[in-house]
Amino acid sequence: MIEFRDVTKRFADGTVAVDHLNLVADAGKITVFVGPSGCGKTTSLRMVNRMIDPTSGTIIVNDTDVMKTNPAKLRRGIGYVIQQAGLFPHRTVLDNIATVPLLLGWPKAKARARAAELMELVGLSAEMARRYPAQLSGGQQQRVGVARALAADPPVLLMDEPFSAVDPVVRANLQDELLRLQSELGKTILFVTHDIDEAIKLGDKVAVLRTGGILAQYDEPGTLLAHPADEFVEGFVGRDRGYRGLGFLSADGLPIGELATVPLGTPSATAREIIGDGWAIVVDTDQRPQGWVRVGQLADGPVTADSLTAGGSLYDTEAGSLRGALDAALSSPSGLGVAVDADGAVIGSVSAEDVLAVLDDARQAEIGVS
Amino acid sequence: MSWLQRNLDFVLGLMREHLALALIPVLLGLVISIPLGWVASRNRYSRAALITITGVLYTIPSLALIVILPVLLGTQILDPINVVVALTIYTVALLVRSVADALAAVPKASVAAATAMGYRPLRRFLAVELPLSVPVVVAGLRVAAVSNTSLVTVGALVGVGGLGQLFTEGFQRDIPPEIITGIVLVMVLALLIDGLLLLVGRVLTPWDRVGTGAGRTS
Repeated sequence: MIEFRDVTKRFADGTVAVDHLNLVADAGKITVFVGPSGCGKTTSLRMVNRMIDPTSGTIIVNDTDVMKTNPAKLRRGIGYVIQQAGLFPHRTVLDNIATVPLLLGWPKAKARARAAELMELVGLSAEMARRYPAQLSGGQQQRVGVARALAADPPVLLMDEPFSAVDPVVRANLQDELLRLQSELGKTILFVTHDIDEAIKLGDKVAVLRTGGILAQYDEPGTLLAHPADEFVEGFVGRDRGYRGLGFLSADGLPIGELATVPLGTPSATAREIIGDGWAIVVDTDQRPQGWVRVGQLADGPVTADSLTAGGSLYDTEAGSLRGALDAALSSPSGLGVAVDADGAVIGSVSAEDVLAVLDDARQAEIGVS
Repeated sequence: MSWLQRNLDFVLGLMREHLALALIPVLLGLVISIPLGWVASRNRYSRAALITITGVLYTIPSLALIVILPVLLGTQILDPINVVVALTIYTVALLVRSVADALAAVPKASVAAATAMGYRPLRRFLAVELPLSVPVVVAGLRVAAVSNTSLVTVGALVGVGGLGQLFTEGFQRDIPPEIITGIVLVMVLALLIDGLLLLVGRVLTPWDRVGTGAGRTS
């Protein structure tokens, strides 16, 4: 757990970077600090490991006041992932990762063995161990940065815009990897970003800060999207928040309708009977959807993969968010979203009307409660 | 060639002296320049002050310096220490700037990361900042070493000049082969020292020559 108690940071030139911040980052969760430049998010992060000392107030990390701890010792117990990775160009990947264990006095062989373990954990192949950072791609460098921060297994991890310098596709991969790692490791993570989408994707809780270091709102991402505290947060959260907010609403209670399925290779006469006058989804032998078919499209002979209409997104019932269900329905040529199970097999259909009905029920329930 | 064969022992003795007079100042200069360069890399005021002072030192004519130093140091005019001190001053004048530039060019993110990992300042300097400065410092060191190797000969005018004595003596006694031997050997020494430093620099910085293209596909 990391606790900010009435923390203020005023720099020598008089600028107030952080203004009376009170906040508890829960143990084992990802807490994201997000806001425009000058909102004090990086300053707040750097006060946790005493890269910057607060002007007033107290920061508690796992029951200890950081100001009463030796800075170098404190930092060896807190993982830190910096913008642009900040790797040591003169050390190999393996030795970069082994940095903190070696500082802690581990024998070299043990530190390197641990570093090799971490390379595997963050998805770096063993052959990269002897390479230098300049020989890696931006995404690989960030993985090394994360591995280095985790090397001594610190309970707390500070991440300062770690994925801001890589392209969007790689960034999305790194975010997914971080969530996977976190589900295994359960670290207390403070994550700084200026990207609200990243904050909402990664954060168990998100702190929105405004210029001048004032905490505007501290909530779970779904709440942030549904109930922004004021105009600043609403503006910062951005467009389509109603739609994006669906991603945090459970699809429990969403009915899964029937869906006509036609296996590949079905003779056209049989297919015609199944389809009737509407659409049907064509599936392979594992029941995975291949595309849509309509009566008018049917040629003579068996149904083949190249005569189909491409489908939309699939609604994964395991993930079970309303956003996935609505998107599947809206992007489908037939107007019916295809619902699949964890293995990707078709189990039925969802409709936009049903999603809106579930939303309406949730709204009624909320009014009833409050 | 016959002159060289007859005087081989004499020439080898001068060569040893020449090497010592050229390289001891390079080592001393490096040791002095690292802390000075560090100070100069801290902020622009200390940098301006140190670069100006060392720049002025470099403009002092070498012969004048070698003649004045005995007065300042209280040494004998024939003492080799005068030449060593003079060349150390020139080495420092050249190297402070190299060290300052090299330290200033160390990636800020790497230094910040080192601090955040829990390095204390001195260990961080030795483990991160100094190794990353090696390529630029070695480049400066090569210039200083080659320049020293040729400057040593000036010392011959006060009787301690290594191979430079082949010039003075060759002129006085009118022996052209002696002068030519001196010139060739000074050049060969300078090239050898330069090549050796280049090699040492490469061995110390395997990371500096890795291709930046490899493995960048994903």
